Amino acid sequence: MIPEIGHYALILALCVSVVLGSLPIYGAAVGNSMLMSVAKPAARGQFLLILLAFCCLGYAFAEKDFSVLYVAATSNSQLPLQYRLAAIWGAHEGSLLLWVFILSIWMVAVSFFSTHLPEAMRARILGVMGLVSMGFILFMLTVSNPFERLIPAALDGRDLNPLLQDPGMVIHPPMLYMGYVGFSVAFAFAIAALLGGTLDATWARWSRPWTTVAWCFLTVGVAMGSGWAYYELGWGGWWFWDPVENASFMPWLAGTALIHSLAVTDKRGGFKAWSVLLAIFAFSLSLLGTFLVRSGVLTSVHAFATDPKRGLFILVFLAVVIGGSLILYAWRAPRVGLGGGFTLVSREGMLMANNVLLVAALGSVLLGTLYPLFLDALDLGKISVGPPYFDTVFVPLMTPAIFLMGIGPLAQWKKASLPELATRLRWAFGVSLVTALALPLAMGQWTPLISLGLMMAIWIVTTSAVGLRERLAHADGSSLLGRLASVPRAYWGMLLAHCGVALFIIGVTMVKGFEVEQDLRMNVGQTATIGGYTFQFDGTQQYKGPNYIAARGTFRVSQDGREVTVMYPEKRRYNVQNQTMTEAAISPGLLRDLYVSLGEPLDDGAWSVRLYHKPFIDWIWGGCLVMAVGGVLAISDRRYRLAWRRKEVDVPAATQVARQTVS
Amino acid sequence: MKPRHKRFLFIGLGLLALAVASMLVLNAFQSNLVFFFTPTQVANAEVPKGRGFRIGGMVEDGSLTRERDGLTVHFVVTDMAKRVPVTFKGILPDLFKEGKGVVAQGQLGPDGTFLASEVLAKHDENYMPPEAADALAKAKAAGAQSSSTLVVNPR
Repeated sequence: MIPEIGHYALILALCVSVVLGSLPIYGAAVGNSMLMSVAKPAARGQFLLILLAFCCLGYAFAEKDFSVLYVAATSNSQLPLQYRLAAIWGAHEGSLLLWVFILSIWMVAVSFFSTHLPEAMRARILGVMGLVSMGFILFMLTVSNPFERLIPAALDGRDLNPLLQDPGMVIHPPMLYMGYVGFSVAFAFAIAALLGGTLDATWARWSRPWTTVAWCFLTVGVAMGSGWAYYELGWGGWWFWDPVENASFMPWLAGTALIHSLAVTDKRGGFKAWSVLLAIFAFSLSLLGTFLVRSGVLTSVHAFATDPKRGLFILVFLAVVIGGSLILYAWRAPRVGLGGGFTLVSREGMLMANNVLLVAALGSVLLGTLYPLFLDALDLGKISVGPPYFDTVFVPLMTPAIFLMGIGPLAQWKKASLPELATRLRWAFGVSLVTALALPLAMGQWTPLISLGLMMAIWIVTTSAVGLRERLAHADGSSLLGRLASVPRAYWGMLLAHCGVALFIIGVTMVKGFEVEQDLRMNVGQTATIGGYTFQFDGTQQYKGPNYIAARGTFRVSQDGREVTVMYPEKRRYNVQNQTMTEAAISPGLLRDLYVSLGEPLDDGAWSVRLYHKPFIDWIWGGCLVMAVGGVLAISDRRYRLAWRRKEVDVPAATQVARQTVS
Repeated sequence: MKPRHKRFLFIGLGLLALAVASMLVLNAFQSNLVFFFTPTQVANAEVPKGRGFRIGGMVEDGSLTRERDGLTVHFVVTDMAKRVPVTFKGILPDLFKEGKGVVAQGQLGPDGTFLASEVLAKHDENYMPPEAADALAKAKAAGAQSSSTLVVNPR
């Protein structure tokens, strides 16, 4: 009964989305404010319906209702509750439901925090989002329904893939989807602007916070995916340039370019048409990413052949959304205009170069991800594009981008002078050059790439320091604290996000340059030394988990004869799917991670073992986190709050409270 | 410089940068493509010399042996028509099993042994790497005799 209610709620949500996608947009076109006012209640009603559907599926999982096909396929009676609930998004059908659910969360958010927008604008934005949700709900109801019954019911479920039975699974997909789907807001803003034909600095100021929030979620989501791969897959890598990872990285690159281009549109009214195009790209790539990962196209192109209806729907949907919005763009963009002029050496010029480089990087990832799929689909042979390709392309593309990242914030809008910039930045340049050359030598290993990486990171930090100092020198207020407080939060946010990039680069450089990795056979009692740490293997013991049995190894780690830690890597065998899983043991640290994973059992209690010493690896994810915090700080800036306050007089008290909690 | 000249200069610089970037990308792309071959193609010497590639198929039952060091393993990859011996030093992925599909990346040694630098793990027990499934299907279609119980389930 409960699953049928969920199914029914989904059908109702589809009806609401049809209304939401048509009436308000039509109303905005003809100037009928009654039709436009449908948007808000429709968006909220749709949210409630999808929430109901989502809860129904959650209930089916919690109650182990194996008469629902999707529940039977992705969970099991032995599976702990938190993973049964996370299994809602453990496969194709449920993750689509999560996608739509998050889309409706964003729609409700827009309906609450858009009181300052003109009515027509809000109607169009919610209408466009309604159309997107219509496509997704239609997809679910026609070819991938999570509420489909299995009759007769299964006695027990097939269980969730053991790799997914991890706290990361509970939080990573929702985070990532918050980011993916968040770009739908920027997309809807762009389409609304194209439909309305008005695109000015206010438009950019409205859409900036939304874009930045989505970007923050996506940054955290991608970083969590990377961290998860690091500790769960058991081979110590943090990024494999796997198509699934690329699918989440491409929208991030587009989103990063969009944030910077919107800054120009907001402050100078430039890059208008380009910002709109980027917003379309960012969302299109999010759609592409969702479908690539979740439709089975990537694991096998033949998934199209096994369920042609699903593949066809996906292709048609992508074609309609991307093609439709690009046609609209071609038709209406000339009206939007290009914005004011500027010379090449100016902040606009540097942001433009940054955008070009980011988009070039995006293009190269797209090429490496899609080309093998095309070849395979056309039956022209099977190829794969290895990580060396991406590494080779990324270093030369990102080096100038990061160099500009240091200069851009210091350059003046419209027209800057190169000699003057050189004078202001000579110390920053000198310091980063000398440190980058000397530091690796002091650490006993010098390669050009290590120096380059360190130089980039120090360059970002030193130029940020120069920028902040100049800012403080010009700020009002007598005391240092007063002057610090007078620097707007948007500026702090930018500095912080840029420093996050620096931390990230340090992490990558140090891991790539100095990691030590050893695969070896270890007998009980034997020791091995890497990176100054001595690992002693004390054998393994059997133990029984809730739905698996495991061999747990004990490793005593010492440094200079002093015991540092004891590590317990595991080899698990999950009962239902009879699948073996390596559970690595990690001893994290600010300056290094120690990483031990068990290979296979050999004779006499010996095991093949993998030992890693990974310096600074946590800085990679720490850097991403700092970037996201920078983003949050930036959107808490006064200038965005002012836009809301201005209208506060004629807004009911209830919405004010809601609004303050977000601002 | 007149503004018109200046604009030409900018456009020229932009095009030059674009050309350099495309060259760089395509060059890197070209030299990092990894092609996939079936054991039959390896046996027919259709594979490139001195360049890495991937092979895929089934790990032959009973073919896995381990050297004394506990790390170097030997096994045979087959598409039910031809067999290719493989040597790999390192820790095999969790889902590596005899009688299951596998994909390995590496180079062909002088004695016809495939020296794998990487044996690829997949994330699901019932999942057959598409390349491996493809190799088996091709060999079957070519009319080679095959074991009757083989189930190829790409998803």
